[in-house]
Amino acid sequence: MTELTYREALNAAMVQEMDRDETVFLMGEEVAEYDGAYKVSRGMLERYGARRVVDAPISELGFAGLCVGAAMAGLRPICEFMTFNFSILALDQVINNAAKMLYMTNGQINVPIVFRGPGGAALQLSAQHSQACETYYVHAPGVKLVTPATPADAKGLLAAAIRDDDPVAVMEGELLYNVKGQVPDGEYVIPLGVAERKRSGEDVSIITHGKMVHVALQAADRLSREGVEADVLDLRSIRPLDVDAILATVARTNRAVYVEEGWPFVGVGAQIVSLIQEEAFDHLDSPVIRVAQADVPMPYAKNLEQLAKPSVTGIIEACKRALYLPSGAA
Amino acid sequence: MAPTKSKGKAKAAATKGPGLGTAPDGSTTHPGEAEAGVLPHPRRRSIRNDDGIGGFSRGRLHALLREMLLYRRFEEKAEEAYAIGKIGGFCHIHIGQEGLAAGAIKPLREDDLVITAYREHTQAIAKGIAPRAVMAELYGRTDGCSGGRGGSMHLFDTSVGFMGGHGIVGGQIPLGAGLAWAIKYRGGDQICVCFMGDAAVNQGAFLESLNMSAIWQLPVVYVVENNGYGMGTSFPRVSLTKMEDRSGAYGIPAHTVDGQDVLATFEFFARLADDVRNGAGPQFVNAVTYRFRGHSMSDPVSGTYRSKAEVERQTRERDPIVILRDRLMEAGLLDQEELEAMDSNVRAICDDATDFADASPLPAPSTLYDHVYAVTNDSGRLFFDGRDRRAAAPRSRPSESGPFGA
Repeated sequence: MTELTYREALNAAMVQEMDRDETVFLMGEEVAEYDGAYKVSRGMLERYGARRVVDAPISELGFAGLCVGAAMAGLRPICEFMTFNFSILALDQVINNAAKMLYMTNGQINVPIVFRGPGGAALQLSAQHSQACETYYVHAPGVKLVTPATPADAKGLLAAAIRDDDPVAVMEGELLYNVKGQVPDGEYVIPLGVAERKRSGEDVSIITHGKMVHVALQAADRLSREGVEADVLDLRSIRPLDVDAILATVARTNRAVYVEEGWPFVGVGAQIVSLIQEEAFDHLDSPVIRVAQADVPMPYAKNLEQLAKPSVTGIIEACKRALYLPSGAA
Repeated sequence: MAPTKSKGKAKAAATKGPGLGTAPDGSTTHPGEAEAGVLPHPRRRSIRNDDGIGGFSRGRLHALLREMLLYRRFEEKAEEAYAIGKIGGFCHIHIGQEGLAAGAIKPLREDDLVITAYREHTQAIAKGIAPRAVMAELYGRTDGCSGGRGGSMHLFDTSVGFMGGHGIVGGQIPLGAGLAWAIKYRGGDQICVCFMGDAAVNQGAFLESLNMSAIWQLPVVYVVENNGYGMGTSFPRVSLTKMEDRSGAYGIPAHTVDGQDVLATFEFFARLADDVRNGAGPQFVNAVTYRFRGHSMSDPVSGTYRSKAEVERQTRERDPIVILRDRLMEAGLLDQEELEAMDSNVRAICDDATDFADASPLPAPSTLYDHVYAVTNDSGRLFFDGRDRRAAAPRSRPSESGPFGA
């Protein structure tokens, strides 16, 4: 184990995979000479040269499509979006080409590509630079999605995404890049579709993914001081989805809260709630509650931004509602 | 691609059918009738010539004519099949543009890659997909080249380097750049030919791809099948810039070729493919052609956007099959008997293709969930429509075939 930042762990995963597989290359804006807009690819140009670490023009649709085409020919591109906000320009290539190619070709052409970069809000970047794009990606069958919350998961899940034979989106957190944590040395791969229980409790389940794992854990600590023990589940992978782990935590606590950074309407949480009511209805003692971004574009002003984001207090309140406890401090 | 669909019109057009030996008389109400006249030749046969024309041997010339005739008869069969409901969905017919399918694709090597848009039945055949497999795909049958999952707009066969068959205007252009990127990455000497219609050059994907291809000097040839109309919109209405000026800003050489002259087109592409193979970098070809049919089977041949007279004149004067036929006959390289034998031969192939498609089974219902994902991960659920994940999870693997293997 070595302590690495989340950013270093992502870099370690790419290096691990590019060392072992010549067909893997990295393409994106500022990934080479600039060392990455967020320095995730630091040193990679030097290590692999301009053939495998490639600065793209600001043409998200174009270079995402080029990477899909290269993957159709059997290469394994890592297509970095400076942020997933910009990848909305590339969604035709993701949805119409990457996701559907294997099906349309009757299994002749798979697309082993990784789309990665930061998603979600950072600090005061306002509406166009602060959004969670999970739903855009996982809505289409054919795409997989992982959302690492820790440095260890960043390494293991990105490595698994690169090795997977399907298109996998890896949504990172801009605010997570400096988070430190213990990361296994040597080859490390976490299978897709395996959630992780981050904290055990018997009173209420907080199910979440990505950056919100950290917010949920803070809320769980505060709840604990009030005598409420939360079971916190980090999905890690949205598609494939660890349904067994979700049903298990609901069976344990009989109450669930879903926390996500994205908007609530047809969000990831909506899918999870649907799944729980359909497959764990008899375990529920109260309605499943969702905590999400306020249903507004992200405002710039600090106070409004705070109001719009899912917060520790918002999660605490949601848990109390699920427990039929009075709101506010106990 | 068309907003409306009317099988009635298609039926009316297609059931007239081509009449062997019936000369175009200009009185036909449907311009498609005119190409029924590819067979009869009004002039007298001249002295037999075994030398060929230019660099083309007699055998090569006959092969090119036969190819185009095959494409024509294939599309006519597709029209008939559409009219009687054997083919569904959108169906875009290539009739009138055969010179380009033969002239641009036949000079390529088998391991060169072709990617294109959705008017691609004949291009698929030109690259080496059997007419049976193309027709079975149009019929949505299991022996189709895409297993019945793609249909008219999504024909694929990686084993002959035919990379589809794409339905979003311009969406295939970055893919073409990516295929060329992979060739270059591996140090191969293949090239990629990426076709598009004239309307596609107004998509951002086009200019982004041209720019990237230029800065990375990718071995790709972008071919605009410039038939003058994006559906019902003529090119000058949506571009102040001429087609041949569209690539210069990106540093990509532009060429214009007459797609109705298959010999000129073939010679041009043979030379261009060599150049690109030898490192000339990306190229842009404005291939001038004309669509003798409506945008799709559900669209009118003429009407508000182009006149009946225009279509009839083009069909009469610019039919690539007639142009080659006349040249060969005038040069004493072809006689009526040979032409009729050739035509019977390709008609038999097309009849066989429809028989084969008719006999091919529909895809098994149990295959509905196949090939959504190449790898069904050991953990987690991938399907959310209520289907049990274990039952829904056939472990499909991509094909081992194709120019690059798996």
